[in-house]
Amino acid sequence: MAYSSKVIDHYQNPRNVGTLDKDDPNVGNGLVGAPACGDVMRLQIKVNPETEVIEDAKFKTYGCGSAIASSSLATEWIKGKTIDEALKIKNTDIVRELNLPPVKIHCSVLAEDAIKSAIADYRRKQALLRAKRKEEATIQSDSSEARDNKMPKENNSVQSKS
Amino acid sequence: MALSFPIYLDNHATTRVDPRVLEAMLPYFTEHYGNAASRNHVFGWQAEEAVENAREQVRTLIGAKSPKEIIFTSGATESNNLAIKGVAYQYREKGNHIITVKTEHKAVLETCKRLEREGFEVSYIDVNKQGQVEPDDVRKAIRDKTILVSVMLCNNEIGTIQPIAEIGKITRERGVLFHTDAVQGLGRTFFDVEAMNVDLASFSAHKIYGPKGIGALYVRRNRPRVRLTPIIDGGGHEHGMRSGTLNVPGIVGFGKACAILKEEMHEENERLRMLRNRLREKLFSALEMIHLNGAEDPWRHPGNLHVSFSFVEGEALMMGIKEIAVSSGSACTSASLEPSHVLRALGVDPELAHSSIRFGIGRFNTLEEIDYVAEAVIREVNRLREMSPLYELYKEGIDYRTIQWISH
Repeated sequence: MAYSSKVIDHYQNPRNVGTLDKDDPNVGNGLVGAPACGDVMRLQIKVNPETEVIEDAKFKTYGCGSAIASSSLATEWIKGKTIDEALKIKNTDIVRELNLPPVKIHCSVLAEDAIKSAIADYRRKQALLRAKRKEEATIQSDSSEARDNKMPKENNSVQSKS
Repeated sequence: MALSFPIYLDNHATTRVDPRVLEAMLPYFTEHYGNAASRNHVFGWQAEEAVENAREQVRTLIGAKSPKEIIFTSGATESNNLAIKGVAYQYREKGNHIITVKTEHKAVLETCKRLEREGFEVSYIDVNKQGQVEPDDVRKAIRDKTILVSVMLCNNEIGTIQPIAEIGKITRERGVLFHTDAVQGLGRTFFDVEAMNVDLASFSAHKIYGPKGIGALYVRRNRPRVRLTPIIDGGGHEHGMRSGTLNVPGIVGFGKACAILKEEMHEENERLRMLRNRLREKLFSALEMIHLNGAEDPWRHPGNLHVSFSFVEGEALMMGIKEIAVSSGSACTSASLEPSHVLRALGVDPELAHSSIRFGIGRFNTLEEIDYVAEAVIREVNRLREMSPLYELYKEGIDYRTIQWISH
């Protein structure tokens, strides 16, 4: 099977290979696929929380040339887009751009999943961050009252379980 | 010697026709084009003489008693079909049980599967981690109704050679017919149908520097005399076992290829082993986390090196060394999208099956080529590992097997 020139180009000169700090709350991690299936894609995005624009994107892929090309193209496309715009990218767009043959369509599906998964992770982190901030704010405002009458320990452990 | 590209390192798939073979064949296309079955004119006599000469060349190489035991076919797939179906249909009254091995070629496995659908019972024996059958497992699998045991001489993927002589001893003792698919092993390891008690053996010319489209089946005629129900009906050629006009140029080429092997195999195998060991040493000294699949010498094909490069997918690696023709156990390179059944039978981790490359070194490969290949593979494995998330995990000390993967 011959590869399209675009697949070869991305394979030989992959864009945005690398790693972002996965603990940064503005970084979303997408890890999809499975080693046993022969492909694993990790796509990371760094989002500006004010504008929701994807300012940076990095990938690493274990997989065939088409999987590498699909993830490389995905990082190229999502950079500079807002996360809502990035979510509109469909695997069929990747198939068209890279001229993927039918047996390689799953590579494009995986790339679309990787984008969605990275965005979902970013949103989850942001939601956690907001919840934490809110909690901290509540604790801070409550702390003057709470300082003198500590919550009973029993009660506390029950709460954390629920 | 200057390198020329692409470099062919896929000699288990097929081989280049040796110029000496081609030279022997050419007159049988243009001058001596007679039908070997034409008994009444010189064209037919010349063709028949050439065919009988080739039959003798094949016989000599495999140690058969009589040239009449060599049946020419279109290739090893047909030979395997004829041997297994031919025995199954012929001896149906006697029994309906066949024994084979999980790592056999598809031409054997699919034939057995068809017979299963027709009511035969087939036992598929396991192999050990090196891909070898325990002869004792064959002994234990034999039942009263067993009519045939089929075990290949040498595996086409991992190059593991099976203990044919030991299995032959068992089948002879138990009065069960023994077939071996000898395609990859012919000329690469000791093979002798008499010494090894083989009753049927399949061969292919294009794996031994002969032409495609021609092969043979050895069918023992004495103690025991093996009878086969033909699968192709027609004019009754080849003692009625395989009808169809003989492929005279192909047969001439096959015979010549056997004669060359007989003459040169010992020296050639030493050379192949030296080249293969050189490639192996270079790869293993330069790269971490790589694994040899298959057995060690003397149970390995001298030209076979089958390696899994952890964290790098096989097809991607092949794409990076596209000036070199190799093969991979990766699902992505097969039409079925299934990883190799041979590696699965060995218990190779699926990720390592996807990451495997088969190097098949042959007669026309040079030392310079091997050195070039080693360098190119090392460079590309390192490049792909830099973009592999699995390699990054490994470097962080995380075993990817401990991660919950969501497969799609």
